[in-house]
Amino acid sequence: MQIMGMRQMGKKQSGTITSILADGELGRRIRDMGLVPGTKIQIMGRAPLYDPVAVRAMGFTLTLRNKEADYIVVEMED
Amino acid sequence: MNATIALAGNPNSGKTTLFNELTGARQHVGNYPGVTVEKKTGTYAVKELKMNIVDLPGTYSLSAYSLEEVVTRDFLVQEKPETVVNIIDASNLERNLYLTLQFMELGIPVCIALNMMDVAEKRGIEIDIKKLSNLLGVPIIPTIVRNGKGKKELMDAAADIIKNHTIPSPLDISYGDDIDSALAEMEPLISNATFLTQTYPARWIALKYLENDEQVQSLGDAKSPGISAKLKKITDRVSNHISNTLNTYPEAVIADHRYGYIRSIIRQDVITYQQDQSRLRMSDKIDQVVTNRFAGPLIMIAIIFGLYQFTFTYSEMPVEWLESFFGWLGSVAESILPDGLIKSLIISGIIDGVGGVLGFVPLIMFMFFGISLLEDSGYLARVAFMLDRVFRMFGLHGSSVMAFIVSGGIAGGCAVPGVMATRTLKSQKERLATLLTVPFMNCGAKLPVFVLLIAAFFAENEAIMMLIITFIAWGGALLAAKFLRMTVIKGESTPFVMELPPYRLPTFKGLAIHTWERTWQYIKKAGTVILGISIILWAMMTFPGLPETQSQFFEQQRQELLANVSPGLIAEIENANNKTKISESAQQLSDKLVAVDRVEAETALKQSIAGRIGTAMESVTQFAGFDWRTNIALVGGFAAKEVVVSTLGTAYSLGEVDPEEIGSLSDVLANDPGWNPLVAFSLIIFTIFYAPCFVTVVCIAREAGSWKWGAFSMVFNTVIAFILSITVYQIGSIIF
Repeated sequence: MQIMGMRQMGKKQSGTITSILADGELGRRIRDMGLVPGTKIQIMGRAPLYDPVAVRAMGFTLTLRNKEADYIVVEMED
Repeated sequence: MNATIALAGNPNSGKTTLFNELTGARQHVGNYPGVTVEKKTGTYAVKELKMNIVDLPGTYSLSAYSLEEVVTRDFLVQEKPETVVNIIDASNLERNLYLTLQFMELGIPVCIALNMMDVAEKRGIEIDIKKLSNLLGVPIIPTIVRNGKGKKELMDAAADIIKNHTIPSPLDISYGDDIDSALAEMEPLISNATFLTQTYPARWIALKYLENDEQVQSLGDAKSPGISAKLKKITDRVSNHISNTLNTYPEAVIADHRYGYIRSIIRQDVITYQQDQSRLRMSDKIDQVVTNRFAGPLIMIAIIFGLYQFTFTYSEMPVEWLESFFGWLGSVAESILPDGLIKSLIISGIIDGVGGVLGFVPLIMFMFFGISLLEDSGYLARVAFMLDRVFRMFGLHGSSVMAFIVSGGIAGGCAVPGVMATRTLKSQKERLATLLTVPFMNCGAKLPVFVLLIAAFFAENEAIMMLIITFIAWGGALLAAKFLRMTVIKGESTPFVMELPPYRLPTFKGLAIHTWERTWQYIKKAGTVILGISIILWAMMTFPGLPETQSQFFEQQRQELLANVSPGLIAEIENANNKTKISESAQQLSDKLVAVDRVEAETALKQSIAGRIGTAMESVTQFAGFDWRTNIALVGGFAAKEVVVSTLGTAYSLGEVDPEEIGSLSDVLANDPGWNPLVAFSLIIFTIFYAPCFVTVVCIAREAGSWKWGAFSMVFNTVIAFILSITVYQIGSIIF
């Protein structure tokens, strides 16, 4: 089991969120979209300039900038 | 009997489609008081029960961060609708229920429309609706609102809630020991003092204090500072404790427990999956191509170019019809009304002014149709996704691109629909910065000015000059945006946490309603203000007119010309029209007479209020190389940028020059000693950047929600324009 920030994850990799380090508005927006500890995610791809990143969680796709993805810690699936 | 029903749900859950299905054409669009969030209302009847349906903005949560969330929450607690119809995307149950849970925390009667059952089915998701309804204690009706399925059952269920006066007690779930014990301590404090409890449930107030909700805390401070301070003290204590033991915040713990509660319900066999959920869906496959690193940008350019072609090509015909209609109206007024001020006011002030505004209408309709198509299909979110990295550097947002393109990012657009296109931007600061910088783009009305100056001074390098002008506009707009975001609209960039909705085929009904709504708002609101401003501008360029002695002087010149020729020649000119050919001597006389008229018009213009402003401004504008003639033209350009050319024509005694035929004016400028390529370039720079035309200013004020921003754009842009063109002219004068 490997734990890493979401920014480091490659395309098609998946894992489970272990913690959200952001507070304030960013933290709230991330949580409102369902990214909370225990949510399974998969990286769907990145924009042409490698930022933002598209993530699949709970049956929908959302986007995050890389610096926002830094606040999301994920336990990788083997 | 009357009842109010609020329609609420996540964005992209089909809420607007349901609203359109229910209310059809019986809609009223306005704004929530004091904010630019749209408020749509309509009616629907179940037997004798008349329901007023309010379409709340799409939100993911009831926190008070975004304007949409504040509006939704305020409406629910202040207007107290009889029930909330909560529309939920069945293929995305977990996240959608997060909002539902927060309605239930508030103790509002909820009725769930479990929408997109067809999509869920296709994905192999089976939902035990009865079980879910029992576990939540809320009626749930399966719907497919796109084709109207379940609509009647849904509204019957809502009617039942209203008739039975079902008022649930606020949902009471556990948020973990730390939060629960804090709530237990805070609740009696709140209830005993009836602290805000007329509006909100006591436990909910306590919860919001723990979540550090600024809106509720400031309401509390105003109501009773003593109790508010006590509640904050408890909040601080719990925050410290949670931060020390769990390294997180009460807000996060509360959210985690809400999702925990939802999962505990769903795990009781509410959902069964018939297929592997990680397999690629249709949307994912499309995205693999459409957002591909190489193909993505190319497809995007093609689509944007297509939108552009669609808007500006197909709207050309109706725009021409409108223009020729107003032209016809003008000529009718010309022939019916007696000469004088009234005639001039009606033709130049009212018909030209109103015609100018209505002339934009087809453009706006086509543009909104195109943008609605891109938005409703889901493509616009992909454009934002692909371009965010670039626009973010300038303090903007990926979604800003549409507004820039439409405004004239590819020369020839129009800032009016561009300003209105910023509505697709959800983040306020980025939206404002976009609103204020899109007028720098080269709209179709600035083009005749550029064409005139290029033809006169840069004729050998036409294409290159146009390209340079386009680059200057883009560079200037993006840098100005960056400057604004570092000064007046300072602040962290709004998080780019955005949903990429699955691609969907838009419904024509939805597109039509969307397009019509925006167009009608433009006609109604902009129209009234613009008529007033157009009359003021007319007056500025007309009054006070020539003093008696001077008009006598011109009259005398005319009389002298006429006195020396035979009566036959005069009759020949008077009877002449465009078709008949007149003799050479008659032509010469006619030209002389026209020349006198034109000098008179030039003198009158110079003496008008606008002319005096222009002359007074010479003391400043000389540093940019502009004389009074250019100044008046630029003042006139505030009405509409194409007026710059026609006013320059009057100021150079050429009569009103048709912006389409500039040959003679460009010759005059090329040979005028006051002009040279440097002055021309300085004027080009000024035209790109100075105050937007007043139609745009009115739209900016409306979209930004305050006249302050309309005024700001006029001053800010003009100052930038002056600084740039003075710099260009002064540096240029040293070099050349």
